[in-house]
Amino acid sequence: MSTQKCNEEINTYKAQPAKILALKDLTADTRYFKVRFVDEKIIEEDYRPGQFAILSIPGVGEAVFSISSPPTRTDFIEFGIRRVGSFTEALFKLKVGDQIYIRGPYGDGFDMKGLQGRDLIIVSGGLGAVPLRSVLLYVEDRREEYDQVFFLNGARSPADMLYRDDFIAMASREIVETHLSVDKDDTGEWPYNVGFVTALFPKIAERVVSEKTTALICGPPVMYKNVIKELLKLKIPKDQILMTLERRMKCGQGHCGHCAVEGRYTCLEGPVFTYYDVQRIKELI
Amino acid sequence: MKTYKMSKERFPEFIDIIKSKSKLFGPVKQKEKHSFEEIDDFSQLDFEYQRTQIALKKFLTPPRYITKHFTKDGIEEILPLDEKNIVIGAHPCDIHGVKILDRLFLGNIKDPYYSKRRENLIIIGHSCLPDDKCFCHSTGTDMVEDGFDLFLTSLNGYYLIWVGTDNGLDLAIAAEDLLEEEINEEVIQEYFIWQQVREQRFSSNVPYFKYLADIMDLNYDSEVWEQFGEKCLSCGTCSMVCPTCNCFNVDDKILMSAEEGVRERMLDSCMLPYYSMVAGGHDFRPNRTDRIKLYYTHKLKEYIGKWGQPSCVGCGRCVEYCPVDINVLTVAEALYKEVGQTKEVLDL
Repeated sequence: MSTQKCNEEINTYKAQPAKILALKDLTADTRYFKVRFVDEKIIEEDYRPGQFAILSIPGVGEAVFSISSPPTRTDFIEFGIRRVGSFTEALFKLKVGDQIYIRGPYGDGFDMKGLQGRDLIIVSGGLGAVPLRSVLLYVEDRREEYDQVFFLNGARSPADMLYRDDFIAMASREIVETHLSVDKDDTGEWPYNVGFVTALFPKIAERVVSEKTTALICGPPVMYKNVIKELLKLKIPKDQILMTLERRMKCGQGHCGHCAVEGRYTCLEGPVFTYYDVQRIKELI
Repeated sequence: MKTYKMSKERFPEFIDIIKSKSKLFGPVKQKEKHSFEEIDDFSQLDFEYQRTQIALKKFLTPPRYITKHFTKDGIEEILPLDEKNIVIGAHPCDIHGVKILDRLFLGNIKDPYYSKRRENLIIIGHSCLPDDKCFCHSTGTDMVEDGFDLFLTSLNGYYLIWVGTDNGLDLAIAAEDLLEEEINEEVIQEYFIWQQVREQRFSSNVPYFKYLADIMDLNYDSEVWEQFGEKCLSCGTCSMVCPTCNCFNVDDKILMSAEEGVRERMLDSCMLPYYSMVAGGHDFRPNRTDRIKLYYTHKLKEYIGKWGQPSCVGCGRCVEYCPVDINVLTVAEALYKEVGQTKEVLDL
């Protein structure tokens, strides 16, 4: 807890300066950012996988990004960011040592403590690997807290696969059972699976115990559709299928209204929703 | 709650006293419309008004304001000035509007900008008589029990003054010489008669308002939405005039010197195009029908689910200002008609 004076109001919109420690291109349009707060008293471990932060560049604006590193690894925060708009355009011009501002964490994220003792199926597609990498590294660091853990990852091609080296290393560490797939192998040298991520399900199907399994999924809409079909075939209950969704946000705190879906604010009650919610709340996906 | 009586003859003196405390705002006639404006003199005030164009939210979430100032040396947080403002003449519906905004901005996560402005706003309510656009008795917001500092009810020749807060009591004490503490049976009788007269003046009774959440739910896929979507101009007027609409956008600007910049917050509306568009160009609500549905589902259904009342206070502003006649009354009525046979189920 900070030593706050009585009656002193917290400005929840105040962002903290952070320095860029490392940059790396993950794909042609997606870049890895490793940052650390300038103020060493700020602890970087106080968040849940699946939560997001709001990055800002003064004069350019603010934008929302999933945190890609786990709270179990301290002293830095990592992001995987695709260049798609004016903010990311400016962000991609920054170099190691440059300063950005960060506020957060926001959203509810995945309740990793609540999932202790359960089996996990983690399925990511494309950019969905960003928030789920936080889950995966968290599980690797606290492997004893979970029973069987399967990780299925899909990408369009080897060149489009985010965190390729990370995930290949993860596969060889074998702490988490990892299955990697690309829709199309244009290199001819891809040593893993070729086909949609759904084609990986037969590899784990026989070992899935539906009563004690929770699925955590993130990816493009078409992936959700097909992966959910597979998970339902495996008899995973709808409220044990957790998906993280995207919305426009300006505040992250339930004030600005942009992320409202019916009456729910994605920034407060999401971005993680169960498939049960998704079916019930119209226009969630 | 303390109650006083004040002769209307003493009212100009009362205004002088409260005006000496801090800046005073009140309803002023500007051409055909009324607006809460700063008051220099008692004569500017016009309490015979139905509704101002913009509700009290103009004091709490101004249309555009700066939240940060950037220079090469760092970021300066800009909070609203710490000075009290008094607004006199607010009707019960508008006070309910502020209570709804309070819930959002002063809930679990306090908005520092709103919070500062709210702390510094003293609200003196004023009684009103409804016109044909008012439907506050259907939304349950025709009377107000809290949310004001003082409340004036205009009776024959005098005001009944309710004290709602300590700030209100301070003002009453400052104006002590003008106030009478004795409220006799006659005054109470007159107040009750006034209430009955007011009740009878409501012309747009909406009996199905209490079933709105159900009606909305049953009609989620109704064609009615398409019809409204077809008509809607996406101008955002309904949001701008609604006392409870508070959505905002945030934008950064670099000043001409290129050495400094500001971050601004401005009112936004879910009726405007691109409201739900994310980076990369995907728009979650590309057409007007989607956006109208969001507006009304949020106000009339989801808000009821969370708080037991709609986030509509029946002020009639959308009824007055929508250029194509899409408003809470017309939408509710069209949906109600759609329910058809279910009417019997709803027992109306």
